[in-house]
Amino acid sequence: MSGYVADVVALARKDLRLELRARDTLPAMLLFVLSALAVFHFALPVGAGDDAAYGLLWVALVFTALLGLARAWAPERAGGVLDGLVLAPCDRSAIWLGKTIATLGFLVAAEIVALPAFALLFAPLDATAVAGVVLANVGICAVGSLLAAMAASSRARELILPLLFLPLSIPLVVGGVGSSISPEGGKYLAFLGLYDAVFAILSWASFEYVVTE
Amino acid sequence: MAAAIAMIFLVAPEDADQGISQKIFYFHVPIALTAYAGFGLGALKALLLLWKGGERYDLESYTAIHQGTIFGALTLLTGAIWAKASWGVWWTWSSNQLVLFLVLFLFYCAYFMLRFSIEPGARRERISAVYALFGVALIPVSFFAIRLANDFIHPTVFTREGPQMTDTMFAAFCVAWAAILALAYLMYRVELAGKRVDANLRELREVLSQ
Amino acid sequence: MIRARGLEKRFGAKRALQGVTFELDPAATLLVTGPNGSGKTTLLRLLAGLAAPTRGQLEVDVERAELGYLGHEPLVYADLTALENLDLYGRLYRVPERRERTGMLLERFGLWEARNDRVASYSRGMTQRLALCRVLLHEPRLLILDEPFTALDEAGSELLDRELAALVGERTIVLSTHEPARVEKLATTVLALS
Repeated sequence: MSGYVADVVALARKDLRLELRARDTLPAMLLFVLSALAVFHFALPVGAGDDAAYGLLWVALVFTALLGLARAWAPERAGGVLDGLVLAPCDRSAIWLGKTIATLGFLVAAEIVALPAFALLFAPLDATAVAGVVLANVGICAVGSLLAAMAASSRARELILPLLFLPLSIPLVVGGVGSSISPEGGKYLAFLGLYDAVFAILSWASFEYVVTE
Repeated sequence: MAAAIAMIFLVAPEDADQGISQKIFYFHVPIALTAYAGFGLGALKALLLLWKGGERYDLESYTAIHQGTIFGALTLLTGAIWAKASWGVWWTWSSNQLVLFLVLFLFYCAYFMLRFSIEPGARRERISAVYALFGVALIPVSFFAIRLANDFIHPTVFTREGPQMTDTMFAAFCVAWAAILALAYLMYRVELAGKRVDANLRELREVLSQ
Repeated sequence: MIRARGLEKRFGAKRALQGVTFELDPAATLLVTGPNGSGKTTLLRLLAGLAAPTRGQLEVDVERAELGYLGHEPLVYADLTALENLDLYGRLYRVPERRERTGMLLERFGLWEARNDRVASYSRGMTQRLALCRVLLHEPRLLILDEPFTALDEAGSELLDRELAALVGERTIVLSTHEPARVEKLATTVLALS
């Protein structure tokens, strides 16, 4: 067990180190989410109300996450490193978990800027809304890092990831928007928790099959 | 199939509110249930592939999902016709079933995109199978999500539940469902046989060319 | 150590490998030869467990931790340094005295001076040397080396000659090459693919 944790930590730390060195992903995610918010100002007609803004916030978050996920396995693809990791004696699911934690880190970092910016420019966010973002992040990164590994094995790569991911993200958007605007936000948080549990377990159990024959 | 059509139009009584347009119910709902059956069978075969291995499960899973998607598209089509007849619009976001099928249709179209952009071989079989398993997990989760979304997207919901079905209506419904399921299964077997012949031919050609 | 019977690998309808049968005992060195496209790489990937045979039986009696695989690609991160790459693999393989072993290998393969440079700045020969360090890091019982002399200069090739000579008989070695002259004397078995 402690060996498993050590593997996950080593793998996630390596991703953070790569990002700190190359600075490929996080600045792009930050700039993207802020640009999207600027675009939304012009996309929302006068009097559209806060509810519409919350909806657009979730669109921005999902697409920002997609931007990060599309690059998630790029370092492994470059030198065939995924083969190296698959051959290593660690549990294959540790490779998925390490990547999920790393992408979660990038997404949270982007949101630490994006959410205050949204609250300042559009509409206030309460604790339930922020909890919704946190729970949705887990689902996005858990499913997303697995789908990104699938997409990395295909010819279409970055092109195919949004197609795979968006239908699966619809329940997350429902839960997220619901937790931001509904008076009964708790119901939506519980739904997001359920989604996270179902798809995190499914991704954890099936990752091995995606990277082996 | 013919018996089902006869029963739908001749035996089953007309619905008091919706009249003749209610007849499409006997197509729409069985087609939708058949699509679920296709997706379910596809996921089951996918599970068998991951569990036991073997090219045949890949082909069976793919074919079942293909049939599911065809019937899913038909569900959207018949649903649109019914919506037009009942509510005067071609599409309504307040019909949970239609929205769910739109999500599933998009999901399974992505399945085909994924499949066709990976080189044939064991890797493709496994990745397709994992994505197919995500599909059956997505069905209940999406169903639940769409119900939840109605609370904040649509304050008023059309209900489809008219008066309870009479016995003859229920019998006609069951016959129609059995007929469509049988049709789907036949199409599944035919497509599978075609695909197998195709694969064998290609292998034979490969052997001969060596 | 390895028993292969009637191995076949297809990618869709395309056949990459067919009817490969051999047995290898723990002290053996197998040399796989053949022209480009004869399936050398496919066979080595099957032996390493990176791919599964379409037909036939394959038994390889080692744990993943006891296997060292050198592929066409270096299997190291381009944006990490040599030291960071070996440190990561050392952790995953639970190599005892990771630091000492890493330093010793880098020294032996002439990469000590460049240990803190990113792999992206390496020449192809240096990258290949690092890939060899990665393979030898956890002292595997079975070595699978796909064209190990690729990109190495004369000094690098002689170094690898010496390393291989020390390992032959001690470990099981499978190596592929399209110019067998260099390693023929080491091999106990030769498998020619066509």
